[in-house]
Amino acid sequence: MKSSKILVLLIIGFVMLYFIAACVQRTNRINTAGSTTVLPIVQAAAEIYMQKNPKINISVRGGGTGIGIKSMINETIDIGNASRKINKRESDLIEKDLIETAIAKDAISIVVHKDNPIVKLTLEQLKKIYSGDIINWRSVGGNDKKIIVISRDISSGSFEVFNEVVLDSTMVKNNAMKLSSNNAVATAVSYTPGAIGYIGLGYVRNELKVLKIDGVLPTRETAMNNEYKLTRFLYMYTTDTPKKLAQDFIDFILSEKGQKIVEEQGYVRIK
Amino acid sequence: MNKFKERMFKGITYTASLFTIIVLFGIIATLFSEGLPILKHVNIKDFLTSPNWHPTHFPPDFGILSLIVGSLVVTAGALIIAIPLGLGSAIYISEIAGPRAKEIIKPIIELLAGIPSVVYGLFGMAFLSPFLIKAFGIPSGLNAFSASIVLGVMVVPIISSMSEDAISTVPRNLREASFALGATKWETIVQIVLPAARSGVIGSIMLGFGRAIGETMVVIMIAGGAAQIPKSIFQPVRPMTAAIASEMGETVIGSPHFHALFGIAIILFIITFITNIITEFIFLKKRK
Repeated sequence: MKSSKILVLLIIGFVMLYFIAACVQRTNRINTAGSTTVLPIVQAAAEIYMQKNPKINISVRGGGTGIGIKSMINETIDIGNASRKINKRESDLIEKDLIETAIAKDAISIVVHKDNPIVKLTLEQLKKIYSGDIINWRSVGGNDKKIIVISRDISSGSFEVFNEVVLDSTMVKNNAMKLSSNNAVATAVSYTPGAIGYIGLGYVRNELKVLKIDGVLPTRETAMNNEYKLTRFLYMYTTDTPKKLAQDFIDFILSEKGQKIVEEQGYVRIK
Repeated sequence: MNKFKERMFKGITYTASLFTIIVLFGIIATLFSEGLPILKHVNIKDFLTSPNWHPTHFPPDFGILSLIVGSLVVTAGALIIAIPLGLGSAIYISEIAGPRAKEIIKPIIELLAGIPSVVYGLFGMAFLSPFLIKAFGIPSGLNAFSASIVLGVMVVPIISSMSEDAISTVPRNLREASFALGATKWETIVQIVLPAARSGVIGSIMLGFGRAIGETMVVIMIAGGAAQIPKSIFQPVRPMTAAIASEMGETVIGSPHFHALFGIAIILFIITFITNIITEFIFLKKRK
């Protein structure tokens, strides 16, 4: 009987400790979620930021731009990361305005397998490949090989930007593969000889070949001066009264040091 | 004091069992109340029989036939691989292997069941899929075939361990009688033991079916994600679970797309519900 009393006391003690810890934590915590394109920047920035401010804990989750904005609407996070602007459907759901801060720029790179002889495509050809009008590499000057079209899943911001700029409200063909992350697309294209896919500039690796689109190769310079057409801003969203900590973290990313991180992660700085 | 303890124990266990039932009915209620409104936007015939799934396009298409076919194709493929392997290993472990071999093989097969599905997914993406491109010369490695292989391997331990249980509960005198009549080991296993363990074996296959059709991570990573009715097993497919999991993030709560995803969940629920009833029925019949 005595031992069970001690057990109960112990349990109560632990529960109280947990609540105290939770309260302390809440004040020193920044929760972010959203676009997997923005994720590497936030992750790297969060690591350095937490090293400088060891008391602050930043939680970084992916999930896709849609999840970031949805969590912002439900106010379950402090910063929503997005690789596109908030759309009408989403902004209609909240009375308060969200504050939008552009933190970096990204160029969506069109990649193919490294053995593919193709070096350039026009936006029009790209549109025809993704809508199913062109199905063989021969039609765009390549080898006689079937094109394996790889797209991103519809919860990704890259998908929406790609649709807007390239497809211009034509449908992606039914048999296009839809993969759930930049990395999945990069990996699949790297070992599939006939594949074409699109990924963020930060995910380009040596095993992939980046194509010129309308004669322009995606680089930091061409993205910055808008010469390359498939560019977009990356954003962080907060409520109109952001937590002081959250604002401080965004300011850090916009600082010289933060923008350097942006560059290190393979994206384009905006300042 | 003792009486009080007794009553409390009864109360606690009762609440626990009630709790699971309440949760189950809560889930079913949500499923239907969120899923049925899709029928306001599309009629049930188009929803079930149109192969066009373009939920975010304007105007959207909400046809889930290609998703249902995708699920069934990978699940059938998985069972084609898993039934011979699972049943074969079950027979070997319970009937043929000596105690030494049994001690080694059984835990290893059961270990397969403990590997998280995302690990299977990584294996399929990083190893199996490039390997299939080289080995078969197929244009793409992320397709119904590779997803079937990985799902099949995941289902093997379920079929194997459950069938093995069923086979080992077949009374010994049945086997002895068969041997006494001059039957060989092979004849005994195929004509006496397996029919006697029939219900357990079929139950294990049903369970394997449920596991394969409900698996999400593996099909997101390996099946390719194309919402189409495949013309061959080497084409990418988008099973129902993959569509729900990868699209839920982008939908606005209460939108037609949101309801459509719940609609898919209803179909998935009905399929697994029916399999469970069949399994239950088989076991009940056996007990009688």
